[in-house]
Amino acid sequence: MKKLICITCPRGCHLEIDEETLDVKGNACPRGKEYGINEITNPKRTITSTVKIVGAEINRLPVKTDKPIAKSLMFDVMKELDKICVSHPITRGTVIISNVLGSDVNIIACRDL
Amino acid sequence: MSKHDLVIVGGGPAGLSAAYEAYKEGIRDIVIIERDSFLGGILNQCIHNGFGLHRFKEELTGPEYASRYIDMVKTTSAIIKSDSMVLHVTDNKEVHYVNKDEGYQIIEAKAVILAMGCRERTRGAISIPGTRASGVFTAGACQKYVNMDGYLVGKRIVILGSGDIGLIMARRMTLEGCKVLAVVELMPYSNGLNRNVVQCLNDFNIPLYLSHTVTDLIGKNRVEKVIVSKVDENRKPIKGTEMEFECDTLLLSVGLIPENELSKEAGVELDRRTNGPVVYENMETSIPGIFACGNVLHVHDLVDNVSLEASKAGKSAAKYILSKKELSNDYINLVNGNEVSYTCPQKIRKDNVDDVIEVFFRVRSVMKNKRILVKSNGEVISKVMRLHLAPGEMESVKITKEQLSTCSDTIEISVEED
Repeated sequence: MKKLICITCPRGCHLEIDEETLDVKGNACPRGKEYGINEITNPKRTITSTVKIVGAEINRLPVKTDKPIAKSLMFDVMKELDKICVSHPITRGTVIISNVLGSDVNIIACRDL
Repeated sequence: MSKHDLVIVGGGPAGLSAAYEAYKEGIRDIVIIERDSFLGGILNQCIHNGFGLHRFKEELTGPEYASRYIDMVKTTSAIIKSDSMVLHVTDNKEVHYVNKDEGYQIIEAKAVILAMGCRERTRGAISIPGTRASGVFTAGACQKYVNMDGYLVGKRIVILGSGDIGLIMARRMTLEGCKVLAVVELMPYSNGLNRNVVQCLNDFNIPLYLSHTVTDLIGKNRVEKVIVSKVDENRKPIKGTEMEFECDTLLLSVGLIPENELSKEAGVELDRRTNGPVVYENMETSIPGIFACGNVLHVHDLVDNVSLEASKAGKSAAKYILSKKELSNDYINLVNGNEVSYTCPQKIRKDNVDDVIEVFFRVRSVMKNKRILVKSNGEVISKVMRLHLAPGEMESVKITKEQLSTCSDTIEISVEED
């Protein structure tokens, strides 16, 4: 049994999910069930962080994954971001790393700098 | 002395949205005065996502949300004065500011919108005992250092306060390689959004100590450890429950204070419940032609609500400038009922409401399955059901013009048993 709090809405149902049968208990609506199953089978997160930028008015360029990426890759993505240094000017939406760690997820700039 | 139609103090989300709306309503002579070098305010350092779900129907990061509004404002004729600090706003709507290029300037404005935002409470505000070692930061200051300047303020971190900024910084510092040992919260519940508790703490197994507080801080030059104690139901520390955390940094996320020095000096009436100006239904303060919106008015949890409120202020300021019509002094006072800690607006002039007025408010505790009642003269004029209520989540009720017509001098908003 895995215990989770659903974050689909502010109500925050306390879910109990059977990891083998994927049976969800405690959800007040179908979205809770979907959330619970996703969190057990394939949890994903959007990662937001920064990379170094030179020549701009500030030192860090905010970036994010353009779609959610496997939760287990979070710290590996951070390591990839540490290697990056970009130069001014950058427009938002620019791909900073394409297909990061062989996933189909890109790292994109969040701001014009 | 120069003359302009509308001066907006602050170029954060509130100021930008107010400017854009005033322009849409026909005002062309707008000046935005911003003390930082960039527009967008605090959003620039809030690099996490979750902004704009209501306003733009998509999940944006802070800088992206800010950029959308900056782009919108750049299509208008608004003049932007950045690196400029407003020193005084007077009751006859003079705005005094200084900057490097122009020196000391005074603008005579037809209308002023106050959009200065808020600032963080510090160690002094909550009187944490202990030595004066370095390594104590507000969570927002730490956020600016790491996200904009590229400095990490410490390695082993304890966070006091589980408001959203505290939670966001717990995740942020963990991703940057720090060890967050604990998030400590005085109240028996977190003041942050549920999704932040889950995605910022639970994802990284960061313990959240509810009903606990920091009771001592030890360290000669730099913080060496903090002592955390459990508190009783009166929030007094319980002797014998002390825990020691060896750390080099204490981050504080212990509340935000609307920055109303300018408002106060201008003579704007303030509300002790919100620490912001008292406003009417159209975001107008006690001084005709001076409006307020965003975190300077009351602290919001979602920027989407700031944008919405500010657009109302922008629209009202435009109306004030264009029509010279005096509004009646006849108003209804909104008062706190059971479990309600404040309402915004505080006053409603019935004849200035078009169809419906949305009243924002906060509750005092976490509750489930309750009814929100709007009462006047003991009569219930509206009721709505809520499955979940929490102090950290702003609530609202809509009151129609028709319902208002039946009200006399006060309206009470309260939370009652279902």
